[in-house]
Amino acid sequence: MKYLCLIYDDESAMKNMTREQGQAIMADYMAFTEGIKKSGHYKSGEALKPTHTASTVRVRQGKISTTDGPFAETKEQLGGFYLIEAKDLNDAIQVASRIPGAKTGSIEVRPVEVF
Amino acid sequence: MRERIGAIYRSDSRRVLATLIRLLGDFDLAEEALHDAFAAALDAWPADGVPENPRAWLVSTGRFKAIDRLRRGARFDAARAGLAEQLDAEVTPAFEIEDEGLEDDRLRLIFTCCHPALSADARIALTLREVCGLETEQIAHAFLTSAPTLAQRIVRAKGKIREARIPYQVPSLADLPGRLDAVLHVVYLVFNEGYSASGGDSLTRPDLSAEAIRLGRLLTELLPEPEAIGLLALMLLHDARRASRTSPDGEIILLDAQDRALWNREQIDEGLMLIERALSMRRFGPYALQAAIAAVHAEARDSAGTDWRQIAGLYDVLLRADPSPVVELNRAAAIAMRDGPEAGLALIDAILARGELADYLFAHAARGDMCRRLGRTAEAIAAYERARALTNQAPERRFFERRLAELRSGNPSSQT
Repeated sequence: MKYLCLIYDDESAMKNMTREQGQAIMADYMAFTEGIKKSGHYKSGEALKPTHTASTVRVRQGKISTTDGPFAETKEQLGGFYLIEAKDLNDAIQVASRIPGAKTGSIEVRPVEVF
Repeated sequence: MRERIGAIYRSDSRRVLATLIRLLGDFDLAEEALHDAFAAALDAWPADGVPENPRAWLVSTGRFKAIDRLRRGARFDAARAGLAEQLDAEVTPAFEIEDEGLEDDRLRLIFTCCHPALSADARIALTLREVCGLETEQIAHAFLTSAPTLAQRIVRAKGKIREARIPYQVPSLADLPGRLDAVLHVVYLVFNEGYSASGGDSLTRPDLSAEAIRLGRLLTELLPEPEAIGLLALMLLHDARRASRTSPDGEIILLDAQDRALWNREQIDEGLMLIERALSMRRFGPYALQAAIAAVHAEARDSAGTDWRQIAGLYDVLLRADPSPVVELNRAAAIAMRDGPEAGLALIDAILARGELADYLFAHAARGDMCRRLGRTAEAIAAYERARALTNQAPERRFFERRLAELRSGNPSSQT
């Protein structure tokens, strides 16, 4: 079963990091990604640019409205995701708990709908 | 025969259900199958007699009935047809329905119902419904919610188990401590609601305490971990005092004024034995420590003869193992008994000053008691008024009102 792991973290903390701290986190993510590729959990994953680059789009009465910023202003922002293949929720939680961002932010684990 | 089958339903239906959930992979399908199996028993057993292993008979009958049901529904739903064929093709080895497997299934059911990915409310509701077999109405009544709200909670939880694929398994050894904590917490919350109801007309709800103790027994039997044993001991020791905690007309009687002849000696002895067993296993935690405190109370002839020094010492250990303002408050009450109300009041005021327990009624009740014993009447009245405003339970409200009346008339009761 596929699960989407959404990584929420405080992006202002990321911004204020030293170069070395940023590099250490990158290295953690590289190692984690390698690990879940080896274990067969990895389907895909991406990091996102910060929320100041986000636009939110709605269509109402046939008209497109576009607003600046993310869908919701929250303390922690969506910063990236992994799509994984896991046996069940326990397996998915195990993988999610090893995502480096879990130590500072939160990972939302969502089963992917099958039609 | 109907009575015999009724007795088997009461003793074994949860075990049969637990196994059917594993075999069928779905809570709702398993529940239907369970009812079909008992209906079939009512048909067949009066003529054929009770089979040698009724549980195995019920499991395999339930499984066949479920496959039947899926086939009948298959005309409308291709997925159900596929599932029926798949289940039919799975050969169920005899050992899977034998007793050892059944015990594992009950643990699987408990751990699934108490999975941390379910909301705390849902875990309690689901455990009482599926593991204890309580009716939705009974659970709703016990927790002062409406039956539709509770039913909705259970439906949603089952939906999450199915759709997010919460596995039907006992956690691995690495995950066990954390997951067992979640299970014990559910049992503890059920017991607490039974021991001191959060609202309503009576202080206790013995039915909930009894269910929690039953769950505790089941857990210690299936998974004899020190904390599971400790929790069972704690519940038995507290529950042993039930008859003495209220007067015949439902008024609260505090520990120091309780008639200790009314305490259930048998339950106390069992609790004491269990606590010794838990402590001797060494890896004990907060539940075993709380049980040890309850054990000191249970062994004392009266309030004055209680070993308050030991109780205060145990609270010190508990506070290190499980730091919380509520534990601090209880420790303060024990220290007041050991060193006098002034020492207790200083600690309580320090806790209240931090603000965490500002709306916790027992903090204000304890403060009221300290001030009362110190003759600081105005402060005692203010504290009891705050406590009275915070309770939703009739006997508690009447207790605070009695205390307030005594203080205002300048005639404090002889209770210390």
